Amino acid sequence: MNINNDKTKYKFLEDIAIADIAFEAYGKDLNELFENAALAIFELSADLDTVDASKKVEFELENNKLDNLLYDFLSEILFLKDSKYMVFKHAHVIIEEGKKNKLKAVLEGDKINPEVQSLENDIKAITMHMFELKKEKNNWKATVVVDI
Amino acid sequence: MRLVTTNLTFKDVQPKLKELVDTMFKTVPSGVGSRGFVDANKSQFKEIMTDGSKWCVENGYGWQEDLERTEGHGRIDWAEPEKVSSKAIERGIKQLGTLGSGNHYLEIQIVKAENIFDEELAKKFGIHTSEQVVVMVHCGSRGFGHQIGTDYLRIFEGMMKKYNIEVYDRELACAPFQSNEGQDYYKAMACAANMAFSNRQVILHRIREGFSKVFKTEAEKLDMHMVYDVAHNIAKLEEHTIDGHKKKLVVHRKGSTRAFPPHHPELAKIFKETGQPVIIGGSMETGSFLLVGTQKAMDETFGSTAHGSGRTMSRAAAKRQVRGEQLQKDMEKRGIYVKATSMPGLAEEAGFAYKNITDVIDAVSQAGISKPVVGLKPVGNIKG
Repeated sequence: MNINNDKTKYKFLEDIAIADIAFEAYGKDLNELFENAALAIFELSADLDTVDASKKVEFELENNKLDNLLYDFLSEILFLKDSKYMVFKHAHVIIEEGKKNKLKAVLEGDKINPEVQSLENDIKAITMHMFELKKEKNNWKATVVVDI
Repeated sequence: MRLVTTNLTFKDVQPKLKELVDTMFKTVPSGVGSRGFVDANKSQFKEIMTDGSKWCVENGYGWQEDLERTEGHGRIDWAEPEKVSSKAIERGIKQLGTLGSGNHYLEIQIVKAENIFDEELAKKFGIHTSEQVVVMVHCGSRGFGHQIGTDYLRIFEGMMKKYNIEVYDRELACAPFQSNEGQDYYKAMACAANMAFSNRQVILHRIREGFSKVFKTEAEKLDMHMVYDVAHNIAKLEEHTIDGHKKKLVVHRKGSTRAFPPHHPELAKIFKETGQPVIIGGSMETGSFLLVGTQKAMDETFGSTAHGSGRTMSRAAAKRQVRGEQLQKDMEKRGIYVKATSMPGLAEEAGFAYKNITDVIDAVSQAGISKPVVGLKPVGNIKG
């Protein structure tokens, strides 16, 4: 994990969870926030310089609560890792807010291959511990703790 | 957590240590997205969910005697696969036989004369001599159990209003035990526990195969008997005495482990006189302990004790102090051969990032909630 990542997108928090890993993700809108939270997960999983973006996975989700939509979205990435053996590099997210908030995601990455990729944390779960999504002035911020 | 003995001494193993660790590094996959060797189909996985270790032994992955040496015989009988989502099954079906990452490990350890604290009990548990080699495994139900957790966390969250439950942390979402949601989760969680017992059971099979191959001797002749297998994260209905009255309680051991005393009705016959073996894992640099359950644990901590040393330093802080490659070299100089799928992951698990295991053992020992039997020193380790 490159700790000196782009801190305008997401930042790992150290004093929150000693046994697990916590991060904050930021975005000027919800699409960007979801994409940046996904990037934090990608970076925890592998050295992104070693991950090719040759394969696409698309999915849609909906939820009447935005924070639960984020939780489901990040959990879906872990599901794809274990069931489809995928590791990702880029995320494109479009969210339509409404009574049911709808999400369309396109993730770009590659099949897991330890010979090619430098793999890091096998994240077990997204937790609800301190989980938060909120708007601060004109920006969105999420706090996420992942179970390692 | 699982511990298995051998009749080999460090003198036998030392010249072949690298070969042994390298062999098991290949046969027990670890790390992100690893697939296990048990290629179960959906109907077999359903049997694994309901039958746990029993399925493994019946399908050639273990010995009959392994079952009585596993908490609850490696099978929780209230498991109901219908309560598990297809997503969880899809996530876990190919993970049987994988170690995972984080603090999970497979470790070759040795007994030192000065670390035998109760010779008689040690012998009863299969530890006979100084320099004897044993193997310890720490892993669980992998993505399968976590997906079940994720699924029910979301279900419970939506239900708490109905039951008028408020919690301070959303991760503590819950439902009344007797509610439909509570019972569904209890049955689904049992499937995860059975998968965890099975995962460690098939890994034990791989360990026996590995030793057998390297030492060109059958595992039976190497006396590769299990000492015990105990869960680290499970909730169970148990009978406990509260204010002089026997009551049925749901005991949730999270980051703790069962420590039942001699003559507890749930123990297998072989442990009636000794009490239940307890395995407490330390860091990969410092070692682990075999203990035994006590009556005091029954009286004061619902038959429970500590499960491991616990971290004192965040993963990022550990990585700032040492690089995985350097740590690997340093450990080898100190006689611990370690293989890892992720070098940053290895650095995160450095010994200095954990509490001193001896302090933890002293604490549980002084509290009387378990009694040390043997201390075990690592000589070979596989990290996810």
